Amino acid sequence: MIIDLPRFVRTEKVYWDELQKLLHEIETEPGRRMPLSGIQRLHYLYERCSADLARLDTFSTEPRLQAYLESLVSRAYSEIHETRAPLRIRWKNLILAFPRAFRRHLGAFSLSLGITLLGCAFGWFVMRQDPQSKAVLMPFSQLMVSPAERVAREENATIDRLKGAKATFSAELMSNNIRVTILAMAAGITWGSGTLIVLFSNGVSLGAVAEDYIAGGQGTFLAAWLLPHGSIEIPAILLGGQAGFILAGALIGWGSHRSRAERFRMVGGDLFAIVAGAAGLLVWAGIVEAFVSQYHRPVIPYGLKIGFGACELVALAAFLGWAGRGNQEET
Amino acid sequence: MKVSGRKNSLTIETPEGVVFSYELATPVTRALAWAVDAAAIGAASTTAATLSQSANILSPDWAKALGVALYFLISTGYGIVLEWRWRGQTLGKRLLGLRVIDAQGLRLQLPQIALRNLLRAVDALPFFYLLGGSASLVSRYSQRLGDLAANTVVVHERTRLEPDLAQIAPARYNSLLAHPQLAARLRSLASPEAVGIAVRAIALRDGYDPAARVELFRELSGYFRSLVRFPEAAVEGLTDEQYVRSALRVIYGNGA
Repeated sequence: MIIDLPRFVRTEKVYWDELQKLLHEIETEPGRRMPLSGIQRLHYLYERCSADLARLDTFSTEPRLQAYLESLVSRAYSEIHETRAPLRIRWKNLILAFPRAFRRHLGAFSLSLGITLLGCAFGWFVMRQDPQSKAVLMPFSQLMVSPAERVAREENATIDRLKGAKATFSAELMSNNIRVTILAMAAGITWGSGTLIVLFSNGVSLGAVAEDYIAGGQGTFLAAWLLPHGSIEIPAILLGGQAGFILAGALIGWGSHRSRAERFRMVGGDLFAIVAGAAGLLVWAGIVEAFVSQYHRPVIPYGLKIGFGACELVALAAFLGWAGRGNQEET
Repeated sequence: MKVSGRKNSLTIETPEGVVFSYELATPVTRALAWAVDAAAIGAASTTAATLSQSANILSPDWAKALGVALYFLISTGYGIVLEWRWRGQTLGKRLLGLRVIDAQGLRLQLPQIALRNLLRAVDALPFFYLLGGSASLVSRYSQRLGDLAANTVVVHERTRLEPDLAQIAPARYNSLLAHPQLAARLRSLASPEAVGIAVRAIALRDGYDPAARVELFRELSGYFRSLVRFPEAAVEGLTDEQYVRSALRVIYGNGA
């Protein structure tokens, strides 16, 4: 039996139009809270249109009408069956989501830290065994000179080499470091191997530089140079690595009975919070590196720079460790 | 809810038992959309660079810094912001009629959009989205790596046009309706599959080769004629195509 299509459309169209209007309102203002009566009406209209679609599917085959109803039902379905709350832009919630996500995945952060430390140890060892490897291990050309020579040049500088270029330098540092952090996270999709490579190579450079300066008797200069921005920049890259390993964990799914799609769905919000938080930290690190780190004794005393870097590190640790604990703490 | 895949489409069955499907975008269509987006990013970056030059009056350093920051924000944030504001569409996807949706048919969330766009860093490797393109060619739902991680798929935009009933049931004189008992019998005997074929045949008639069209309507007419035998006076002079159209008007209840 085929349904009487024109009569069917005449009877039901009023409900389709109402659902269309309601969906348009919801889609235009996703954060809007609907009253209970509105939710009940939406559910009724969704069920009615679903039934219409089922009837049409069974008894008739007018493709355009079917496509129209499928469109309505699929849009209503996505609104009704979604259990995740729509994201509301409230700065306090967004800022606190970052440390909460960090604490939920401490294992991934430990792995990120461990691999970086392993890279540091490797870089330190290679540099000690073969100082000629400096050209390969050091990330910047300015590090090719001996530490003592560089320190003497920096401390006796009479002109500001960054004069008129500090803001540009800062912006370049920010964008470059955020790209590296995004890459460390995104590379997690290669079962974590890409993240591992990014972190290990970063660690190798860091270890080699540390060995070069400490062996050259310039440990204080190194700490004063790196700590002001490094105390934020290095943890931010570790956070990118943490996000990468979370992604890899969701992909691999060891010991989880959930489907891969469900695992990705569970960590998506945390990945976003961690990467966004790390990007925010790197903006600060870029400013500090251009405006503070590149200035040495006698412009800025080393004790002050080291103290500033240590304070930043303590503040960051406190923020990640304690911010957002309480009633809304994660499970 | 169950999700099952078939070639080029994503089918979703709701707990209410209703099934609907999305036509998946092919890698070629997506590449074209991406080309449009790349051009849009280029144009926006050029405009931003020009605008940032106006800050030269205050400080050339800050003008250059503004240019660097704006380029970074545009290249990284273009997809995230547009797909969030336009519910899964960028400029390129709008032009090509594509949309990003949640793979389970649920509401698309900001973290999903951000994740699929941030993973472009890997999908774009080693050049021209070779990795992401290869992944979309082999994955079940044509997903690049970013889509897999974010649990999203790219589909062809659904039509939101209301149905044109006049196309299948125009209000003209129908000689078959002069015999209501036989018309009712035809309505009850016609199979939905055959009716569906007939509807599509009428909708697409202008695209057929003339000889093939005549043959198709001859077969369809033969089917409908075999179900119910109308008096000669009612069908006299009707071509096969006219007979199929009249039969459809009877089936869909247009009692003109």
